[in-house]
Amino acid sequence: MPIFRVDPSRGEPPFQQLVDAVKRAVATGALSPGDRLPSVRDLARELVLNPNTIAKAFRELESEGVTVSRPGAGTFVAERRPTMSREERRRRLEEGFEAVLTEAVPWGATDEETRKAFEDAMARLRGAKGGGS
Amino acid sequence: MSAQGNVARWDRVTVCFGTHRALDGASFAVPVGGVTALLGRNGAGKTTAIRTLLGLLAPTRGSVEVLGHDALAVPPALRARIGYVGEGHPLPRWMKVKDVVAYQASGFPTFDRAQCTRWLERFDVPRTRRVMQLSRGMRAQLALAVALAPRPDFVVMDDPALGLDTVARREFLEVMIDLIQEEGRTLLLTSHVLTDVERVADRVVLLDRGVVRVDAPLDDVRRLVRRYELVHAGVPPETLEPIAGLVRARRRHGRWTVTVRGEEAAVVAAVRATGAEVAGVEPLSLEDVFVEYTTREEVLS
Repeated sequence: MPIFRVDPSRGEPPFQQLVDAVKRAVATGALSPGDRLPSVRDLARELVLNPNTIAKAFRELESEGVTVSRPGAGTFVAERRPTMSREERRRRLEEGFEAVLTEAVPWGATDEETRKAFEDAMARLRGAKGGGS
Repeated sequence: MSAQGNVARWDRVTVCFGTHRALDGASFAVPVGGVTALLGRNGAGKTTAIRTLLGLLAPTRGSVEVLGHDALAVPPALRARIGYVGEGHPLPRWMKVKDVVAYQASGFPTFDRAQCTRWLERFDVPRTRRVMQLSRGMRAQLALAVALAPRPDFVVMDDPALGLDTVARREFLEVMIDLIQEEGRTLLLTSHVLTDVERVADRVVLLDRGVVRVDAPLDDVRRLVRRYELVHAGVPPETLEPIAGLVRARRRHGRWTVTVRGEEAAVVAAVRATGAEVAGVEPLSLEDVFVEYTTREEVLS
């Protein structure tokens, strides 16, 4: 089980940090489909966070289709199903990149730098995946 | 519990000490279940609010209700359901730890000795040592263990982490998480360690000079209070036009930065209506929010 890091002194609320940490673990392959997440109770203890915060993160992950919960059994990483249409995937990718680029343009990032940063990020994800499995 | 689902409620409470108003028309409530954090700088009125809650201090005006009764007339059986960990952790100095436990246990029929012992072992508090020989941190932990062992429904803690080192504070937080895990228990605490508050609180009430500035779920505070950097065409104005929900405005290096409470889209629209554009938005940690609300305004230049 990967260690999720939550730092309350950061700008994003702790529940959002946990959501991002789990998504990241799934993206890098540190968590695979079918893996069981710790219970709310155990994670609250481990991260020293209010259980309501953990429960809220779990609800968010489930509503985004990252996890599924089976009553009585726990919360599991969802199978990677193409639940989103091709069109929806394209729309979300576009939205995500647009947000990053809107930030980057005022810094004066060149096209070349932007492309390189994107490729490096992809390589890092793939590298972590290779190392993790 | 009262009809509104509140464990405690302050209704337009003013407390005067001579000409000084420790609380100034403060209204807020502690809902059943979960953790409410009462925040504010030293002298903001936190301890005064807690003293009125415990019936140790009568409001000059207004009223305080706890467990459905006026705070000054809570029946003893109900009072026993309130656990209190006080500032400075007053305990009889000459008593041995195990005697403090026995003494407290004799006063509460619901006292859970096994749990109390487990906590003291976890904290490494030696049972045969006298209170006066304990470190500040150990005294705090002993006070916590004996206050919580009766399994109170409503736990009130006034700066319980004061005097604890980093490791002891973390152990203390872990005990708090254990407590919250038990359904239906309500906690009210004051603290200056806002990263700890961020870990455990569901709700925050922020007092500033006796006045309630924030009374909201922590998530709302984190989501709604943000810092916006503004750009004006040409020279930035000397003063800003009013923006709804404005918490604080500063002009630095010729640019205005404002902290505003509101939905981001609405704030951006409000800023545009004043003839400026938003150049950047920054989410704030609870510590940042606290500073933004309670800093005495310097002269802007």
